[in-house]
Amino acid sequence: MKAQQADSQTGLKEFNVARVRDDFPILSQKIHGKPLVYFDNGATSQKPRSVIDRVARYYAEENSNIHRGVHALSERATTDYEAARAKLRGFINAQSEKEIVFVRGTTEAINLVAQSYGRSFLNAGDEIIVSAMEHHSNIVPWQMVCAQVGARLRVIPINHDGEIVMQEYGRLLNERTKFVAVTHVSNALGTIVPVKEIVALAHERGVPVLLDGAQAVPHLQVDVRDLDCDFYAFSGHKMFGPTGIGVLYGRAELLEKMPPYQGGGDMISLVTFEKTHYNVLPYKFEAGTPNIAGVIGLGAAVDYLQTLDWNQVTAHERRLLTHATDALAEFDPVKIIGTARDKAGVLSFVLDHVHAHDVGTILDQEGVAVRAGHHCAMPVMQRFGVPATTRASFAFYNTVEEIDVLVKALRRVLKVFG
Amino acid sequence: MSDLDDLYQEVILDHNKSPRNFRAMAEANRKAEGYNPLCGDHVTVYVRLEDGLIKDISFEGSGCAISKASASLMTAELKGKSEADAHQLFDSVHMMLTGDTNAESAAGKVGKLAILSGVCKFPARVKCASLAWHTVNAALAGADRPATTE
Repeated sequence: MKAQQADSQTGLKEFNVARVRDDFPILSQKIHGKPLVYFDNGATSQKPRSVIDRVARYYAEENSNIHRGVHALSERATTDYEAARAKLRGFINAQSEKEIVFVRGTTEAINLVAQSYGRSFLNAGDEIIVSAMEHHSNIVPWQMVCAQVGARLRVIPINHDGEIVMQEYGRLLNERTKFVAVTHVSNALGTIVPVKEIVALAHERGVPVLLDGAQAVPHLQVDVRDLDCDFYAFSGHKMFGPTGIGVLYGRAELLEKMPPYQGGGDMISLVTFEKTHYNVLPYKFEAGTPNIAGVIGLGAAVDYLQTLDWNQVTAHERRLLTHATDALAEFDPVKIIGTARDKAGVLSFVLDHVHAHDVGTILDQEGVAVRAGHHCAMPVMQRFGVPATTRASFAFYNTVEEIDVLVKALRRVLKVFG
Repeated sequence: MSDLDDLYQEVILDHNKSPRNFRAMAEANRKAEGYNPLCGDHVTVYVRLEDGLIKDISFEGSGCAISKASASLMTAELKGKSEADAHQLFDSVHMMLTGDTNAESAAGKVGKLAILSGVCKFPARVKCASLAWHTVNAALAGADRPATTE
């Protein structure tokens, strides 16, 4: 089998994509009578059987509340919940499990930081820097805190390839800058942002940095200590785990001085009507019964990802992106939006005279699932002067043959629209 | 005919390519903007209303083939109609697009707009087709905030 052959140039054993696909039950189904080609991984990824089974097993055999019961089931659930936290710590190489806060997803993680850190430590006249290619979830929470404290949002421009203009970033940093929040990988363009450099420049001025890692964790091996970021936010469902669960990594010394985001059970150590003592990290930020099944399922997703050879995964994803980029380049009416040198497996494009929604509907009839729209990044669309793009976003279980199906389906789009 | 051919019929493709009444209107006395927040489609509808009659109607904006063709067909259909007729037509079109059980009888009342009936098989696209209609409703009501399909 071809996939088993060694790459003659790198000596790297090729990624066995057929075997990996078997792990994802959803991929074998047909849509409108055609094999599903799932290229909407940027919106959400599919789940391996091990994750689906783990969530089911939790409900079938372990379901109970955590951190409170003395009975066996509660102890079992608590142990597994905390074991998942340890897995997530390892996954991003955080120093301590105290720094892993479970939240609903990237959006909640960013809102937590904006409201807890922002409202406590940002003041009138302070400046928060974001980039021009942020997802709305890394814009709106900062606009909200700006309105609350009188701070000002500054935006690093991007160039025509969809790369951050580092010189402009350097110029925006000044004594009023009190926070930087940028994406690690752009959801709309695929750009891999040089976040390590961004963090280093901010730290020269003692400014903390939050990285939106939602699109990075499914493609890159993330090491928060190497990046040296202060906060790192990501979602479980984009990294082959369940929906409704995500992680906020925060440097312990910052989390310690931040007030709770929500009040309730589990986040306290002592409550009287006069005064409440908050629980220690990370529980201070986990009010109420959490998404226990989600956390345990996310732990299973980490286990799954750790069975893969990430050098192979990276090489495979690069091959997919190159193949797709080359194939689309041969279509005259197609224009790729986002041509950064360093890109993850995201291909956004527009077709002359054909709106992304029409493209999406016709591709769907061919079994190809893509995202059509503004990708919750309206400022990016404005930057490139397009109302919407069609986005094919890849995961390691996608194949070169599937890209050929996309290309064939695009021919049908052009046929319909003459 | 496949569902897809039903959706993208010649007439729709033609209205997409050469939309009728596609212009801003300086003499309009009713105007509204409409957004589809899901896809970023944006339309502005202009109406010249005189004695309860739609003397002139036009639109501009950006959107997919379905939203553009629907807006174009709508302006062609509404020109010269009374405000009350416009409301009635809105209800019938809405029923047809959403595949309401009375859709068949609704389709009988919409005339040339029946060409849009294929949309009901594509639930994700219903809002594309109804955006211009929501917007004209807002324009006639003199609404001061943008219409949305939500």
